[in-house]
Amino acid sequence: MAGLLLEAAHITKTFAGVHALRGVSFDLAAGEVHALVGENGAGKSTFIKIVTGAESADSGTLTVAGRAIHRMDPPTARALGVAAIYQNPALFPGLTVAENIALPLDGGRAFGRVDWRARRRNASQILKQVGAAIDPDREVGRLSMPERQLVEIAKAIGANARILIMDEPTASLTEREIGGLLEVVRRLRAAGAGVIYISHKLEEIFAVADRVTVLRDGESIATRPRGQIERGELVRLMIGRELTTMYPKRVVPLGDVALELRGVSNRTRGVRQISLTVRRGEIVGVAGLVGSGRTELAETLFGLTPPDEGDILVNGAAAAIASPAHAIRLGIGYVPEDRQRHGVIPAMSIAANTTLSNLAAVSSRGLIDRAAERRASTKYVEQLRIRTPSVLDAVEGLSGGNQQKVALARWLSIQPAVLILDEPTQGIDIAAKAEIHEIMERLAEAGVAILMISSELPELLAMADRIAVMRRGAIAGIVSRSDATPDRVMALALGHAA
Amino acid sequence: MRREWSVAIAIGALAAALALVAPSYFSAENLRDIFLVNMPVLVAAIGTTLVILTGEIDISVGSAFAVCSVAAGVAAKAGMPTALAGLTACAVGAAAGAVNGALVAYAGIPSIVVTLAAMVALRDGLRWTTQGAWIADLPPRFQWLGVAQSTFPVVAGLASGLLVVAFAWAMRNLAAGRAVYATGSNAQAARLASIDTAFVKLAVFTAGGALTGLAALLNSVRFNQIPSNTGIGLEMKVIAAVVVGGAAITGGRGTFTGTVLGVMLLGAIGPALTFFGVSAQWERALQGAIILAAVTVDAARAGLSRTALVGA
Repeated sequence: MAGLLLEAAHITKTFAGVHALRGVSFDLAAGEVHALVGENGAGKSTFIKIVTGAESADSGTLTVAGRAIHRMDPPTARALGVAAIYQNPALFPGLTVAENIALPLDGGRAFGRVDWRARRRNASQILKQVGAAIDPDREVGRLSMPERQLVEIAKAIGANARILIMDEPTASLTEREIGGLLEVVRRLRAAGAGVIYISHKLEEIFAVADRVTVLRDGESIATRPRGQIERGELVRLMIGRELTTMYPKRVVPLGDVALELRGVSNRTRGVRQISLTVRRGEIVGVAGLVGSGRTELAETLFGLTPPDEGDILVNGAAAAIASPAHAIRLGIGYVPEDRQRHGVIPAMSIAANTTLSNLAAVSSRGLIDRAAERRASTKYVEQLRIRTPSVLDAVEGLSGGNQQKVALARWLSIQPAVLILDEPTQGIDIAAKAEIHEIMERLAEAGVAILMISSELPELLAMADRIAVMRRGAIAGIVSRSDATPDRVMALALGHAA
Repeated sequence: MRREWSVAIAIGALAAALALVAPSYFSAENLRDIFLVNMPVLVAAIGTTLVILTGEIDISVGSAFAVCSVAAGVAAKAGMPTALAGLTACAVGAAAGAVNGALVAYAGIPSIVVTLAAMVALRDGLRWTTQGAWIADLPPRFQWLGVAQSTFPVVAGLASGLLVVAFAWAMRNLAAGRAVYATGSNAQAARLASIDTAFVKLAVFTAGGALTGLAALLNSVRFNQIPSNTGIGLEMKVIAAVVVGGAAITGGRGTFTGTVLGVMLLGAIGPALTFFGVSAQWERALQGAIILAAVTVDAARAGLSRTALVGA
């Protein structure tokens, strides 16, 4: 192929005797978006590390713009115009947008003196180039997640990146923001850059990629032009087996109202007048753009930031929830969005993590019965199919999907009446996602009332009995499963009539 | 457990070298002296281990130690029985610790700032109160806790040993211990798991203060007067021992076994220098080198492989 920016041939890499990559071949042309898909652990990250020089391959060749690279290291990669943009942008929150974009560009003046005017001029120019309307003088720490991502892209473009690697760039964006990002990707392609696009979200892949390469267990299984593969086949190639349906939700008879909100507000957190019920066995989805107050509502219900107005009723009884401990006593569980930082305690064992909210269950007179703890935790590991050699292993060694299952397991031990899940399948692979959905269903069948915050429309449409759409801290509308369409939910979230 | 092993091996190597070059190091008298000097360090280090496990730091230990020592002396001179004088020292320490803890936990001020202020305020407050005078003429029943001088090391050894075992056991087997590790490892996640992390921090600072009081008592009874400038630099000795023992300064990782070994290694090395015929001036430099070696090894190992300390 003419104009190949990157050609990786027969890349093999082993870690401690385990093959992370076996003979992976991948190429990228100028003006092309080449998607790389695969389950977690398929070898995508390792491959990216080799391309960016963070790891070196055991064998195989890398050719960048026709030049064979014998030793790839991060400075070489940068010099060759390879830039990676990750899920969580690596920016300096205390510096301005212009400073962040300029960092790799500074120099040329005596004593490294900074030319502030040129910095700002460059920054606005580059921001315009990627189509981002962001004031270069704003502090990055005050930007929203999608804005930060745009700054990260601008930074890469500013450094003359020709090969852009985007690793799950949309994991924390809402549908509309994703649309904007994909537009930027198309613009980069039109400008002749090559983009390696990694995502778990197949709709994005089909929306933006020119070619798709599937990795499975460290091998490149297939590379196809977008027009020559359909969704079902792609999923099949990724997991190596048939998935009948990605989002199963059986109909469950609904019980009494487990959670009722009457005009709940939390002015400091921007939550306004929320009225909502969740019945036993019901999954109520919470849709909305990032910043619409969904997580703030969850934290209000869980007692992290108690409401300043309105009533919360749990199983019909008024509850003035003042702390997480109080919420837990009432039978409310909460799996937060950022599992690494809030959901699990990475350095502690799986056993300690699963019993942390309910140590009383495995203790007598304040004394932890370590054997009972191990038994309880082993039970959840089996129930939730958490893949680990031992419950005594630290959670930090598990994959994202398995960590999320540990975060869920903690709440199973309190037999919750209400479970609040914030982005329960964010950034985890398709098979683990299906398993999490299956667990949610079993919980619903067992009579748990589930409030599920999600930014993925297909997930909401398939899993939720009803979807409450939030906008600017208030509920813009509640649609039932039978009336829910992507257009309708998005129209409510965006605030124009459908 | 790996850090504990490397410290234990270092102690073993030091002992072997001493046995070859200077067997007189192992005379009962010398060992007893080393033990008596380091026992207060160990007791204070238990408290500092707790504080560091929650991800905080307390640099006011030395000043609090001086205040507690003087408090114990004043109480004893006022005619209080030794047990009551000891309780006074612990209570004073606990009160100082509680103030630090409350400012850290509820006012949200970084612990290094809070305890830096406490370190200066306690030290200079004491200097102003005592006008630099020492507490002299301590009653004889206060000396050696009222037991025979030869019995004291046994009593003190048993007491501090029991204390270490009790804390180590509690950290593994009580919900409170789990809460300390969880708070230090990831405070936000711990909070979401219903742990009152602010209270945990208040509690460890308070316990640390009480232990400093006990350390002050065990030290004061060895002399017939209490200098009002005692305990200068104790906080650094204690923090060094905890860090050498493998506790992560960022919290969440560390054991009491490690702390005991850290105190032993740093405490044994100074006198050993004299026996090797090296000037004792080198003691602090050598201790610094050991700390540096310990954290360098940590940094080199980080990320290679990690094991859970809790529940393992």
